[in-house]
Amino acid sequence: MGYLQAHELRTLAAAADRLVPPTDDGHPGAAALGVVDYIDGLLDAFSTDPPRIWAGGPFSGRAGGDTGFVRFMDLSSLEELAWRTRIEGSQGIPERERMGPITGWQAQYHSGLSALGADFGDLDSDQQTARLDADPEFRDLLYEHVVEGCYAAPEYGGNRNLDGWRAIDFPGDVQPRGYTDAEVEGRA
Amino acid sequence: MSAAASNAEFDAVIIGSGPAGATAAEVLTGAGWSVLMLEKGRNHLMALDPPFAPLGHVSNDELKFMRRYFLGPDPWLEPRTFRRTEADGERIETGDVNNLPSTVGGGGFHADGKLPRFRDDDFKPLSAAGPVEGAAIVDWPVDYDEMEPYYAAAERAVGVAGEAGANPFASWRADPYPMPAGPDMYCALLTARAATEMGYHPYRAPTGVNSVEYDGRPACNNCGFCGYFGCPIDAKGDPVAPLRHALQTGNCEIRDECVVTDVLLDRSGRRARGVRYLDRNLEPHEVSGRHVVLAGGAFETPRLLLRNELGHPDVVGRFLQFHFQTYVLGMFGERLHGHRGRSVTHLMDDPIVPDAAAMDAAREAGLPFIRGGIVEHGAAGHPILEGIHLPQGALHSQLMMQSMTRDRMAVFTMQGEDLPQATNRIDLDPHVRDAYGLPAGRATYAPHAHEIACAEHWAPRLEAVMREAGAQNTFWTTSPPIGGSMADRPGGRTPISRHIMGGARMGDDPATSVFDRWQRLHGVENVICTDSSVFPTSTGYGPTLTIVALAIRASRALAGLDPLRSERPS
Repeated sequence: MGYLQAHELRTLAAAADRLVPPTDDGHPGAAALGVVDYIDGLLDAFSTDPPRIWAGGPFSGRAGGDTGFVRFMDLSSLEELAWRTRIEGSQGIPERERMGPITGWQAQYHSGLSALGADFGDLDSDQQTARLDADPEFRDLLYEHVVEGCYAAPEYGGNRNLDGWRAIDFPGDVQPRGYTDAEVEGRA
Repeated sequence: MSAAASNAEFDAVIIGSGPAGATAAEVLTGAGWSVLMLEKGRNHLMALDPPFAPLGHVSNDELKFMRRYFLGPDPWLEPRTFRRTEADGERIETGDVNNLPSTVGGGGFHADGKLPRFRDDDFKPLSAAGPVEGAAIVDWPVDYDEMEPYYAAAERAVGVAGEAGANPFASWRADPYPMPAGPDMYCALLTARAATEMGYHPYRAPTGVNSVEYDGRPACNNCGFCGYFGCPIDAKGDPVAPLRHALQTGNCEIRDECVVTDVLLDRSGRRARGVRYLDRNLEPHEVSGRHVVLAGGAFETPRLLLRNELGHPDVVGRFLQFHFQTYVLGMFGERLHGHRGRSVTHLMDDPIVPDAAAMDAAREAGLPFIRGGIVEHGAAGHPILEGIHLPQGALHSQLMMQSMTRDRMAVFTMQGEDLPQATNRIDLDPHVRDAYGLPAGRATYAPHAHEIACAEHWAPRLEAVMREAGAQNTFWTTSPPIGGSMADRPGGRTPISRHIMGGARMGDDPATSVFDRWQRLHGVENVICTDSSVFPTSTGYGPTLTIVALAIRASRALAGLDPLRSERPS
């Protein structure tokens, strides 16, 4: 598994940490949360069958029950068309160009990370921010994926050791245990 | 399935499997009819063979449900388009336009299940409060007294938990709720107490979620992944209950991933003989039905009618209504754990019945009244949603740990009544097509001045309630955004209420309505519509219980069953 090259992964880790940085009081920051694995796994989602798009259910096993989240779900042929177009781009394939040509996330990451520069990890934070701001479209795409990687279920590759949820005091999925009525109605 | 089975003539072909279609299926199969239900989305709800158990696809997974279109429609496969007025040109947005799930179970799948009834006056808004310039307010062709037993039947079928008598604005009811109200969320207790102290009338929300075991399904365990998710344990009755009831008769077949392209008429042009649909391989099929039930929802049903040139051409697609939502957000010093419980546990109807201050505001705005909607007392969203809306960089990590916009936030959502306007409409986009090759539906929608005046009046009053409840900071916004506000930007201009009504209103006059009072298509009487397309007005209440109640009424009439009756207490 893995789509990006080693030098791209290093740039990605530094950029992710600039958008969601570690703090000295408990937030590990994006890179330590495994956001690079999350994004690289998304770009390479179709290297496994079923693809890593939708985790299974109904339970993760963290609050009881079976570990269903680890069994990714099949996509229909149309759903596969949509997700391959989104990730791989339309590549001149007519059925992918119904809504016009689409640059996929893979190509956006190649060009976006390249534009941030091989020296990105060595820059100070202001310089890194300036480079990210030079391409707001890529920065905003990256930010959404970074946030997903920090706080999505860990079966998607990020939120390592549940540290993303722990940092923000969010318990995550709780089925089949749920909460008692007293936990719903009472103070935290 | 065998060729013979697929070519059989069904007593009814139902298009769509959400609350509207599921309810029709339950009633018609119960009357002994053979029913084929065609659903364009996939089946994640339950096995279609006995005992119709959950499939295990539903999970507490924000990424899957909120970010990756698990319940469909994928906005790239099935784009809708949007413009505010014709002055915007052909469209200003393409993709998700107030999408509801496209899956077996439809909109009921993701709803958090607040199921209030309308009141007496909501069925006769013109008689009760009069006209408003620029709006086509009409009375409904059915009144509350006739609807009451259908509401009761809907509450029993879905399984509604609530507290009779708790809402002083409610109209009469013959029976108590089928279940007692479930546990109250902590944040809603704070805001409801403050509202009561300030003279408003919050009450425990009637909710289609089991508070006790009901109909063979378990009580809710408060997991908190409610609004916008499905229920992993079947504690939510809509739409699993009516669909399962229909399947249990043995008279109902559901075909998922089947997109109806056409309603087929016989040579007279006055009777439907079946439908044409595309299967999951985009292969076309025709199937015969003695009746056709349109239940694709108030966006897809008008789109289908327009594509087939069915219904009065001057009315079909018009009077589209969304609810004008006002969100009042309060940030508290303490953590409110809004991720526990059923998203919203209290409602209040005060903005629906204008008080003296609201009447003053109406006069200042040059309106005869302002009529808002229910105020939902609820919690904020989940962490990916919170994170995406925070600033990038160092502030992100700090703010996520403090969680001012999730764990410390309470939310009021007012479902403001959206007045019907002929210019607000669905038509077929001239260029954009979906993955099935069909023209995309296009919404043209701008709120009436009434909706904006109402939001501007109630938002500060609701902020005062939030502060009384203990909020340290408050702000408010609306959907769709009010012109010039922060939210008024490309990508954010479409309404996101997920309440869609009108577009093929019902009425007695074929010149001004599409369906008659029994929801039969004027001119093609073996076609009925059981979804909210038929709503003449939007009222200030969530539409689902009224969709279900009307679907029971229309389906019983179609099948020749006796009307339900109840007695108004004297």
